[in-house]
Amino acid sequence: MAAEKRVVFRSPWLPLALLAPQAAVIGVFFFWPAAQTVMQSFQQQDAFGTSTSWVGVENFVHLFQDRSYIESFKTTAIFSVSVAVFGIAISLLLAYFADRAIRGALVYKTLLIWPYAVAPAVAGVLWLFMFAPSIGVVAYALRKSGIDWNHLLNGDQAMLLIIMAAIWKQISYNFLFFLAGLSSIPKSLIEAAAIDGAKPWRRFWTIVFPLLSPTTFFLLVINIVYAFFDTFGIVDAATEGGPGKDTAILVYKVYYDGFKALDLGGSAAQSVIIMSIVVVLTVLQFKFVEKKVNY
Amino acid sequence: MVERRPLLTFLTHTVLLIGVAIVAFPVYLTFVASTHTAQDIVQAPMPIVPGDQFVHNYVAALTGSEKGAGSGAPVGRMMWVSLVSALVIAIGKIAISLLSAFAIVYFRFPFRMFFFWAIFITLMLPVEVRIFPTYKVISDLHMLNTYAGLTIPLIASATATFLFRQFFLTVPDELAEAARVDGAGPMRFFKDVLVPLSATSIAALFVIQFIYGWNQYLWPLLVTTEESMYPVVIGIKRMIAGGDAQNAWNLVMATAILAMLPPALVVVLMQKWFVKGLVDTEK
Repeated sequence: MAAEKRVVFRSPWLPLALLAPQAAVIGVFFFWPAAQTVMQSFQQQDAFGTSTSWVGVENFVHLFQDRSYIESFKTTAIFSVSVAVFGIAISLLLAYFADRAIRGALVYKTLLIWPYAVAPAVAGVLWLFMFAPSIGVVAYALRKSGIDWNHLLNGDQAMLLIIMAAIWKQISYNFLFFLAGLSSIPKSLIEAAAIDGAKPWRRFWTIVFPLLSPTTFFLLVINIVYAFFDTFGIVDAATEGGPGKDTAILVYKVYYDGFKALDLGGSAAQSVIIMSIVVVLTVLQFKFVEKKVNY
Repeated sequence: MVERRPLLTFLTHTVLLIGVAIVAFPVYLTFVASTHTAQDIVQAPMPIVPGDQFVHNYVAALTGSEKGAGSGAPVGRMMWVSLVSALVIAIGKIAISLLSAFAIVYFRFPFRMFFFWAIFITLMLPVEVRIFPTYKVISDLHMLNTYAGLTIPLIASATATFLFRQFFLTVPDELAEAARVDGAGPMRFFKDVLVPLSATSIAALFVIQFIYGWNQYLWPLLVTTEESMYPVVIGIKRMIAGGDAQNAWNLVMATAILAMLPPALVVVLMQKWFVKGLVDTEK
C-alpha cells in the first residue's frame, strides 16, 4: 500500500461500521471454516461423528501413502497443463488472426467471447451430450471412422473429454487478453520489420510473440488456477471423476471424500494441501500481474 | 494491415470461421436437440437440423410437466432462483466492497491494515479448501435451502474491494476537501461524489459478478437439497440420471439453452462493460 490519501475523514466508529458487513461474512464463512479445516486435518472422526481424537499428522501420512491420491495429483497435473497450454495456443492463434482481420473483426470477436458466459457444469453437459457413447453425434461420427469412443470405459478418452470442454469454456477469456496484448504492440515495429523484408511468419516469432510473453505468462498462471478450481462443474457433469478415478482432479477428490465417502479427516488434510497450492499460485499470479503492464 | 497478402487474408478468415464453428457447434447441437422429441435424439445419429418440438419442449421444461429418469422439477422456478441469487450476489458484492474500500481509503483507524490483509487472504480460501466446515456453519445457522444460504457466503469480495480501493486512490483529494469545506459528512460525500464517480467500475463489475453468481455450481450443490431451491445449473445436472437412453434429452437440452441465455445475453449486450470488467478484476 504505497499510495495513501492526504485528506481523511475522522470518526472513531464509522469506518468499523462500514467494514462490518464484509468482516462478518469473511469471519463467519471464510476464516472460521478455514480454521476448522486445519484443525480437522489433524483429527480423526469415527463414522457416526460421535467421537473425535487428535491424530497428529496421520491423515497426511495416510494421504501420501494412498496411491489414489498420488494418482489424483498426476491427473490434475496432466489436466491443468493440457488445458493451459492448448487453450493458450488456440486462443493466441484466433486472437492473432482476429487482430489481423479488418473486415468482420467485431463480428468474429462477438462470436468468440460468449462461451465465457456458459457455466462450467453446463459446458460439461454439452460436451457429454456430443460424446455420449450411445447417442452422441461426435461419438457416432468417430465410430463410423473407426475410433471406438467410450469415455465411460476408457480413462484417457474421459480425460480428453474434460480437457476439451475446459478449453472450450476458457478460449474466450484468453482470446480477449491476447487481443488486448496485440493491440498494444506498436504497428511501427511490425511495419519496420516488413520493410526490412521479414515475412509474416518470421515477424510473428521474432516480434509479436516475444512482446506478448508477459500476457502469455499471466494467462498461463490464470489458466492453471482455472483448471484447478473452476472446472469442478465440468468434471462433475461430464464424468463424475470416472471411469474409476481417472478424471478425479484434486478438488473433485476433496468433495468426493468429504461428502460422499465421509472421510472428514482425510478430506480436511487434502484441503490443507490444496490451500498451500493456492497460496503459491496466488503469489505467482501477483508477481506476473505486476510484470504484465511493462515490458 | 502491413501489406496486402490475399492468401494470408484468406487464411485469416478460414481460421476464424473454423474457430467460430468449433465454439458454436456444441451450442448449435444443444439447440437442435431441444427442438426434437426424446425418441428422435436417442436414435443415433440424432438429426442435425432443428425439429418442430420447440414450443412443446420449452413449455414442458419450464413447467416441469414431463420428466425423464432424473429430476423433473419446473425449470421456470429454477430460473427464478438463479436470477434472484445472481442479482443478490452481484449487488451484495458491489455494495459491501464499496463500503469496505471507502473505509480503508478515507479513514485512519486501528487495525486498518489488519482488515486489509484479512480481505486479501480470502483470495486464498476458495470454497474448495473449506468445503465441509462451511457447509456445517450454514447448516448450524439453518441456512440450508434458503436464498441467504445461497448468496451471503459468496458476497465477500477481495477483487471488488481492491478494484474500488484502486479507483478511490485516483480520485483527487480536492474533491473530499471541497466536500468537507461545504459541510458534507463522509456518508454524504460517499453517496453524492464517490458512488456516482464509480459508475463505470460498478457497471463493469456487475456484469462479471452476475455471470459469476448465475454460474455457481459447487456451492449450491452443497446447500440445496430441495428441488424448489435448485438454481438452474444444478437442475440440469439433476435431470441427468441413469443411462443415455432414459434421459429426456430434449428437455435437458432445452434447460441448458435456458440456463445459458441470461448470462450470454449479458455478455453480448453489455460487451463493453464485460471486457472492462474482465480486465479490471485481474489487475
